[in-house]
Amino acid sequence: MFQDILVSGLVNSGVYALLALGFSLIFGVARIVNIAHTAFYMLAAYALYGLLVIAKVPFLLAIPLAVAAVVALSLVCYKLVIEPVRQHESAVLIATIALALIFQESLLVAFGGSFRGIPNAVEGVVSIIGVRVSYQRLIVLVVVAITLVATWYLLNRTRLGLAIRTAANDQEIANLMGIDVSRVAMYTVGISVALAAIAGVVVAPVFVVDPLMWLSPLVTMLAIVVLGGLGSLKGSVIGAFIIGYVEAITVFAVPSGSYLKGAVALTIMIVVLLIRPEGLYGVVFEEER
Amino acid sequence: MKGLLAWPRWLWAQLRHEVLVLPSRSFVFFAVLLLLVLPLAYDDPYVLRIITMTAIFAIFAASWDLLAGFTGQVNFGHALFFGIGAYTSALLSHHLGWLPWLTVPLGAALAMMAGFLVGIPCLRLRGSYLSLATLAFPLILTGLLFAFPDFSGGELGVSGLKRILVGTVGNYYVAVLLMLVSCFGMWGIGDSNTGLIFHAIREDEVACRASGINTTRYKLLAFALSGWFAGLSGALFAHFMRVAGPSSLEVALSFQVVIWGIFGGIATIYGPVLAVFLLYPLTEILANIDLFKEIRLLIFAVIVLLVLLFMPQGLTPWIRDKIEVVCPRCKNRNVFTRHQCRLCGAELR
Repeated sequence: MFQDILVSGLVNSGVYALLALGFSLIFGVARIVNIAHTAFYMLAAYALYGLLVIAKVPFLLAIPLAVAAVVALSLVCYKLVIEPVRQHESAVLIATIALALIFQESLLVAFGGSFRGIPNAVEGVVSIIGVRVSYQRLIVLVVVAITLVATWYLLNRTRLGLAIRTAANDQEIANLMGIDVSRVAMYTVGISVALAAIAGVVVAPVFVVDPLMWLSPLVTMLAIVVLGGLGSLKGSVIGAFIIGYVEAITVFAVPSGSYLKGAVALTIMIVVLLIRPEGLYGVVFEEER
Repeated sequence: MKGLLAWPRWLWAQLRHEVLVLPSRSFVFFAVLLLLVLPLAYDDPYVLRIITMTAIFAIFAASWDLLAGFTGQVNFGHALFFGIGAYTSALLSHHLGWLPWLTVPLGAALAMMAGFLVGIPCLRLRGSYLSLATLAFPLILTGLLFAFPDFSGGELGVSGLKRILVGTVGNYYVAVLLMLVSCFGMWGIGDSNTGLIFHAIREDEVACRASGINTTRYKLLAFALSGWFAGLSGALFAHFMRVAGPSSLEVALSFQVVIWGIFGGIATIYGPVLAVFLLYPLTEILANIDLFKEIRLLIFAVIVLLVLLFMPQGLTPWIRDKIEVVCPRCKNRNVFTRHQCRLCGAELR
């Protein structure tokens, strides 16, 4: 049981970390509460399914193709749907909800409502210090680790990253310093959706794929982001590990825990918010009253 | 004789000078009239059933608007109140055999309590934090209900409930009359001093507090009132559908009410009501046409998206600005065809 908790907690936390990081980035830079974020994660999983199972594209080609397609789609959506209503916060909010619904229904029409499995890239299990881990889960962990490090490098060691962090900190000042904020927002949307898409393609073989799979990670992701502090990248990653492990422990150690895992995770979020209303690493926006 | 005629004459004067002069007011007047006489002229049970459901959801959407639109506490978990209303009413009549006349108000009252209790932690949160945190509450309740299936019915919920009245027309009138009373009540609250304070809290809470208003009390009041009306609609829904299941606590329902509210135009009450009366029958009609059956939610989402691109403020404010102009001097509304204000005579535009 201990091994199960360790492994599945680690896999879930990694996936949640990717999702929460992307959501946090968009919120930080563009102040968009992107409800469609996990819908992009689902789209990537379906794109992989389509390429791999239906078009029979080899695995190593299918993954970058799926991610690229989803990122391109997200940029088109951003330009056509979100950008024209950017000034109206509530309109942006339901625009993203409507987008998520459109994706869900399109997939329902295209693939039907049934659960679909994707074959593993590599079969078999490996034993690391007495814990048996399937290769696919190992791949998830490696990809998640590489992506997190790459994102950290991009944000902290490149000029684009500096621009993104500046825009997140203060839009107006960033504008005054000669940063093209709307283009930075565009790049941020691309990066953030890419993170979600990578999460989608790596977990697709581990989980099953269905048109409602975006809802449950959405709620968990939102809980993590609020727990870690909206717009805080460090908070998102740490929050992901807290929630990921809490869920794993509830599922394996509590009777009828699979029903309660969401409830326990969300209760923890609310308790943290009661003590620290701005989340673990959030900044208090005094001026944005 | 003269005294007997004074009443209708006064009513007619009110109608002519206050209601019929403005297209928006006349529209509401005739829509209400139509809703009240419809079953007498046209009693197709299918149509009546759709309108009954629409009326129930209209209460729900308006209650969201009272909290999110007026007070600015954008609630992403409004299904909590709906679900509490539905489950309380259903469990009371299922386990204790009480009649709907008693359980529906009790369901609403418990939802009101829930609104008050949820409001307390939400006092510390603001903006997006509040929206995202409130999303959690209905899901926590769903988890608890699933963990005790013997009491709550688990995934199937509580079924076989009694209808409030026997017959389609009776239920239609219960739902429509309650809808009218609730929505006009909420409209009245929105226009009262309390509503003004709700507006002020949304616009600038710090300034509101600086003006000596106890914003904590008013925010809790908004949560409780909104909970009451949402619980009422949930309880009505449970007794009309004769089932209270976990779908009444779903994220999808919470999102649905956000869509209705923003689509219709927030902080108006009549906006979300109109949105429900347009969008809910639309999805029902689409579900009955074979060609669109599979893609009705898709069409729904596309319509919402397109309308928002052209009317980012929502449907009703956009229409209202087209058909009415505000007098620059006395701020009263006039039909767009007038050149002089009907009240103060100032030049319009």
